[in-house]
Amino acid sequence: MTTSAPVTPSLESLTVGDIVAESSFPLTRDSLVRYAGASGDFNPIHYRDDVAHAVGLPGVLAHGMLTMGLAIQPVVDWVGDSARVLDYQVRFTRPVPVDPDLGAVVTVIAKVGALDADAGVARIDLTVTFNSVTVLGKAQARVSLV
Amino acid sequence: MSVNPAIQGRVFPAVPPYLVGREKVREFSRAVFATNPINFDPDAARAAGHSDIVAPPTFAVVVQEATLAQLLAEPDAGIDFTRVVHGDQRFSYSRPIVAGDELTATLRVASVKSLGGHSMVTAESTIVDATGAHVVTATSTLVVRGDE
Repeated sequence: MTTSAPVTPSLESLTVGDIVAESSFPLTRDSLVRYAGASGDFNPIHYRDDVAHAVGLPGVLAHGMLTMGLAIQPVVDWVGDSARVLDYQVRFTRPVPVDPDLGAVVTVIAKVGALDADAGVARIDLTVTFNSVTVLGKAQARVSLV
Repeated sequence: MSVNPAIQGRVFPAVPPYLVGREKVREFSRAVFATNPINFDPDAARAAGHSDIVAPPTFAVVVQEATLAQLLAEPDAGIDFTRVVHGDQRFSYSRPIVAGDELTATLRVASVKSLGGHSMVTAESTIVDATGAHVVTATSTLVVRGDE
């Protein structure tokens, strides 16, 4: 099987406010264990309800860094190469509780926030929600389109 | 105990070098739901101009982690781990991380601020490659809840 190289979107074709990507990520408890192992973040509030309850949480939460990590993926797929992401920042505003049976679905909408034609850089603003509530604030990536 | 404001500006010793393994990048990529071939397939990565597979944008947190552990363990910092909440995170890249990189991270406490009984500690970990060239700066703001 051969795959053709992804085509980088051109800055000229973009307008502030355009939605460039959207995606939903169904998380399960398994996703959290996998991320714990991959990242080395073994804080038990991400896999043990008893520990989560003991510190006053409703139950096991997704790692904020997992939410941050998946939220950029629709942008990576859109630009075709994760190396085009020059800068990425988020604020962790609300937790994502992951039910042992139902899991949690995190939804990402990526919009053009600003365009810098001279630098060839687009600022992409992410709206990241769980149960229709925003969980990341000021979630922005600067991507190179040159 | 509250956060010691005197740690602002403190630079910690560099942590031992982190060798970025190809399988670690693949494992991390799967964990963050990456699907791009350049995160998994060396041929696809080379075709895109990279020397090996490329790590996802948030992979730098794996390298940064040891520097945050230094900060939390600093005896006079006054940061109670059980009261810490991750407030903000940022990665600013000069170039992407690729498998085979040997990365060294150095943490500097950029600021310590008080806000309504809580402390906000901003830690800036500068990550360089084996030649000393800048790769990425990982910045975390930790919110340390004050006494109730």
